Amino acid sequence: MVQCFLIHTVGPVNGLAPGESRVLYSQVFGPEQSALTPLDEIQLEPEQRRLLQKERVAVVARQVRSAVTLSREASGRVLVETVLGEELAAIQEADTGVQRLGRGEPWVGEKTVLWLAVQGLAFTLVTEPHENLLLAEGTLKNITRHCLEHLRMLGTGSDVLLKSDRVDVLLHRLMPHGLLLFANHRFTQSLEKDMTNYMAK
Amino acid sequence: MYSAGTESLIKQARDIGEVDLHKFYSRISKQLTTREHSHDVIDSLQRLHLILASNKYSRRLPVELHRRLLSLCLSSSVEQLTVLTLAVLRETLPPSGPEQNYTLQDYCPLNSHAAALVISQAGCKGDLSALSSVLLRSLDGRAAEGPSLTPNLPLTQTIPLLNTIITYSPDSLSEDHVIVLSKKLVDWLRYASVQQGVSSSGGFFSSPRIRQLGTVAELDGSVCGDFFTVLCVSPSFSEDQWMNLYSFSLLRHWLITYHSGNEGNPSTDTAADGRLVLSFSLSHEDRSEVDGSVVSMVSATSSSSRVLPPKERLREKSLEYCQRLLEQSDRKALKRADADLQKACLVEAVCILDSVCLEDAGCVYRAFPCVKSLFGRLNSDLSYSRVLVPIAQFYLNHGETAAVDSECVWRCVWGVLPAECFNQPYLAYEMLSFIRANQLLLQNSVPLYTHYFPNLLKFLAWDSPSLVSDYIDVLPSLVTAGTALELLHSLLDLPCLTAALTLQLRSACLPLSDPGGRGLTSLEAFRSPVYRGLFLFLLRGEAGSGDTIDRLSMLHDLLLEASDWPRVIQSAQSVPVLLHVYFNTVTEVSDERLLAQLVLVMLERSSLLLNIPTYQEEIHRVFSYHLLRLCKLHPSVVVDQSRELLEFAGMTANVHSKEDLYTHVVWVLGEYLSVSSDTRCSVDLITSCFETLEAVLFEITFSGSPTPRIATSLLSTLAKLASRSHDLIPRVSLFLSKLRSGTVSWCHSEEDAVAVVTRGEELWSLLKLPSVALSVLTPPPLASASGWHRDANTALPVRLRTLTSLTYTDLKHTPLANTH
Repeated sequence: MVQCFLIHTVGPVNGLAPGESRVLYSQVFGPEQSALTPLDEIQLEPEQRRLLQKERVAVVARQVRSAVTLSREASGRVLVETVLGEELAAIQEADTGVQRLGRGEPWVGEKTVLWLAVQGLAFTLVTEPHENLLLAEGTLKNITRHCLEHLRMLGTGSDVLLKSDRVDVLLHRLMPHGLLLFANHRFTQSLEKDMTNYMAK
Repeated sequence: MYSAGTESLIKQARDIGEVDLHKFYSRISKQLTTREHSHDVIDSLQRLHLILASNKYSRRLPVELHRRLLSLCLSSSVEQLTVLTLAVLRETLPPSGPEQNYTLQDYCPLNSHAAALVISQAGCKGDLSALSSVLLRSLDGRAAEGPSLTPNLPLTQTIPLLNTIITYSPDSLSEDHVIVLSKKLVDWLRYASVQQGVSSSGGFFSSPRIRQLGTVAELDGSVCGDFFTVLCVSPSFSEDQWMNLYSFSLLRHWLITYHSGNEGNPSTDTAADGRLVLSFSLSHEDRSEVDGSVVSMVSATSSSSRVLPPKERLREKSLEYCQRLLEQSDRKALKRADADLQKACLVEAVCILDSVCLEDAGCVYRAFPCVKSLFGRLNSDLSYSRVLVPIAQFYLNHGETAAVDSECVWRCVWGVLPAECFNQPYLAYEMLSFIRANQLLLQNSVPLYTHYFPNLLKFLAWDSPSLVSDYIDVLPSLVTAGTALELLHSLLDLPCLTAALTLQLRSACLPLSDPGGRGLTSLEAFRSPVYRGLFLFLLRGEAGSGDTIDRLSMLHDLLLEASDWPRVIQSAQSVPVLLHVYFNTVTEVSDERLLAQLVLVMLERSSLLLNIPTYQEEIHRVFSYHLLRLCKLHPSVVVDQSRELLEFAGMTANVHSKEDLYTHVVWVLGEYLSVSSDTRCSVDLITSCFETLEAVLFEITFSGSPTPRIATSLLSTLAKLASRSHDLIPRVSLFLSKLRSGTVSWCHSEEDAVAVVTRGEELWSLLKLPSVALSVLTPPPLASASGWHRDANTALPVRLRTLTSLTYTDLKHTPLANTH
C-alpha cells in the first residue's frame, strides 16, 4: 500500500535553509508505526506520535529534494516553464525517479519512494517495497495531473494550502486509503466524473 | 508555482496567537450550531486545517468544538464537510482527560472517512483489531452487536481499509476473518457479472438500478470472452464489478500476508510426483501454444474447485484470474491508458503466479507454460522491459522445478536490458531490487550473473546517487576469483563508462550534422572508427574479453572534457565507497597470486585515472588503505612483488604526485621486506631496496622539499632495512647524524623540522645497538599483533618508546662529538 503522499518544494524557498523542503500537503495513510510496535517498550504519547510522523514526512521531503536536484544536475536539461492550461505538457516535461528508503530512514522497515518533479514542486509517493511500481507510477502521474488542474498549481495562487480538501478527495477516489487500483480507463472515468462533481461545487 | 504569497500564508498560520486562535475556535463553534452550513463554514474549516497542519506540534481543540466536528464528520451528507472535518480531526488529537476516552463507539455510524480517522489515530493493535472485526462483520452480512456499530460505508471501501489494517498489523485479523475474506475474494474475483452495469448519474457511490445492458467488452473492443477482470471495459460497472477491481488490487498483498509459508510444506514425495506430472503436462501445454488458439483456455481448464478449502480455493482462482489477465494483455488496447494498465497487470499477474507457486509447487506445471509463452512474446519488445524482471524472478524460483532452461531469460534480462535501458530509473530500481533480494541464489546457481557484470554496472554509471546504496549491497556477490581483476578496472573506469553512455545517447539523438554535437571532441572521437575499439570495450556487456586495455590513457585523454560533466562527477563520487566494498570482499575470495596481481593493478592504475578533481586523491587514499590490509594479510606479497614496488618507490615523481600511496608503499617495504615475513627475502633484496630509497631520499632532500611525512617514513624504512642488514647501518647513521647537525633547511616550518629531527634522533640512537634495533624495528609477530601500537601505521612498538625515553635521557649527557 501507499504509506503517504506529499507535495513539497524542491527549489530554494526564502527563509528556509538550503536543502530543506517546504511540505505543502501531506497525507499519511494508516497509523503511526510506533503506536503498534513500540520501540524499546516505550509507548509514545499521541503528541509524540504525531510529531514523529511529521518528522518522517520531512525526512522524505528532504531526501526527494536532494534526489531531484542531483537528477536535474545530471541531466542538464533546461526546465521548461509551463503555465495554467498546460498541465499535460507539464506532466510530460516532469522529471521522475524512484529511490529506496532503507531501514530506519525514516521508517522501521524498507520503503520505496517515487517522485515526480514539476518545476519547483515534487509530488511524492512512499510505498511498501513489494508494491507494483508500474501501477504506482501511473497513479502518481494521474494524481499529479489532477492536483495541477483542480488546484490551479501552475498559477501563482495558494489553493494547495486553502483547498487541500480537493487533494483529499482526489486521493480518496483514485487511491482510497492508500490502495493502488488497477483501474482501466472506464473505471477511472467513473471515478473522475465523481471527483469533478465535487470540484464543481 | 510556489509563490511568496503561499509562503506568507504558512507563516501567518504558524504565527497566529493563542487569543486570536480561541476567538477563531468560538467563531467556528458558532457557525457550526446553525442548521444550514453556509460557505463561511467551509472557508473557516479550510483555514482551521491550514493552521493545524502547518504546525509541527499538535494543538488540541476545545472539547465542545471537537465533539461538534466529529458529529459533523459522521453525519453530514455534504461530502465537502465530511472531508474537511476529517482533515481537521486528523491534524489534532482527541481531547485528553479521564472522561474523554474515545472508543470505536464514538466514531459510529462508521463511514469511510471516520474509519480512516480511527486508523490514523490508532494507539495500539487493539484499536485496529476492533475496527477490522466491524468491517468483517459488515462484509459477512451479519448484523453487528448493536445497531450503532453497523457501518455506513460502501462495500468497496472495506477492502482498502482492510488493506491498511493488514499492512500495519496482519494479526488483527483472526483465522476466521481470513477465511471469510478469502471466500469473498473468490466470489468477487471469479464470479463478477459480465453484464454491463447501469450508468447512474451519481457514480458508483449511489445505488445502482436493476436494468442491465449488454455484456462488457475486452480492451480491444471485442465481446468479453470469459469471466470479468479488471481488463474488461463497460460504460458503467455494477457493484460486483467494482468489487472485482478492489479485490484484485488487494490480492497480491493478501496472498503474501496470509498465504505464504505458514501452512506445512509438501513432503518430498509429493514434490517428486509433481515433477513427473509436470514434464508430461508441459509438453501437453506446449502443443496448445503452438496451435495459437484464441479462445480462452482458462475457464475450459478450470478444475472443479468447489470442494477445496477456502485458502486453496482462493489460490486456484487467483491462478485462473492471472492466466486470464495474461491472455487479455495480448489484446491491442484501444486506449493508451489501458495499454499501460495491461503492463501493470502483467507484472502483477506474474508476481501473483509466483507467490501461488511458491506456496503450492503443484501449481508450477499450470503456471509455467503461461509465463514461458509470455516471455516468448515479450522478450524482444523493450517497451515491456519492466515485465521481464518479474518473469526472471519466476524463472529463478521455479525454473528448476519445471526443469526448464532459464539461460535465455538471463541473456535477455542482463545481456540486453541494461545496455538498452540503462537510463530508465524505474527499471534500474526494479532490477537492483531483484538482484538484491536474490543475490545469494544468483551467485551460486546462475553463472551468467557475474558474467554480465559490465552490463550491470551501466545502471550505476548512469544514476549513481540513487543506486549506490543498492550496489554497496550487491557488489560482494559480483566479486569472484574470475571477475576480480576485471571488476577492479571497471570500477576505476566507472566515470569513463558514464561518459561513454552519455556519448552513446547523444550520438543516437543528434544527427551527425547537428551543430549541438560539434565542438565536443569526445563525441567526435566516439563516432570515429579509429577509436571504436576503445569505446566498444568500455561499453562491453560481458566479462571475459580482457581485464583492461593498452590504450587506456588515450581513452582518458579523449574523455578529458567529460571530467566536469555533473553525471560523470556524481559517478566518480560513488567509486571510493564501492572500492572499499570491493577490497573487503576480494580478500575473501582470492588466493595469493590474485592478491599479488591486485597490488600490481593498484600501482599501475594509480597514475591511470580519469582526471577529475579530487578523484585521483580519493582513489589513492583507498589504495593506500587496502595496500596495507592486503600486505598485512599476506606479507609475502611484498617479497613477490618487490621489483614492482621498488620501481614505484624509486620514482621521485611519485613522491609528489601520489604522496599518500607513496608513503604507504615505502612503509610496506620497510615493514615486510624481512626474513620473518618471508624466508625468501635475501640480503641482496634488502640492500637493493635500501639503495633505491636512499637515492630517493638524497634526491628529494637535496633538490626538493619533501613533506615531513615522506621524509620520516623514508627514514624509518631505511632504519628498518639497516637493522636487518648491519652493513647498511653506517650509511643510514651518517645521514641521520647530518639531520642532527641541523641540515633540514628543506623543512618549511620549525615544527616540521623538530618532527623530522626527533625521528632522526630516535632512529639514530636505536641503531647504535643493532640487536636492540632489530627487535624493535622488526618486532616478532606476537608484539605487532597484540595491539601495542599507538598508531597502526608507524611500526614503533611500545618497546621503542620505552627505549627512546631511556636513550634520550642518556643523550643529553653525551657530547655530540662522540657520534662520528
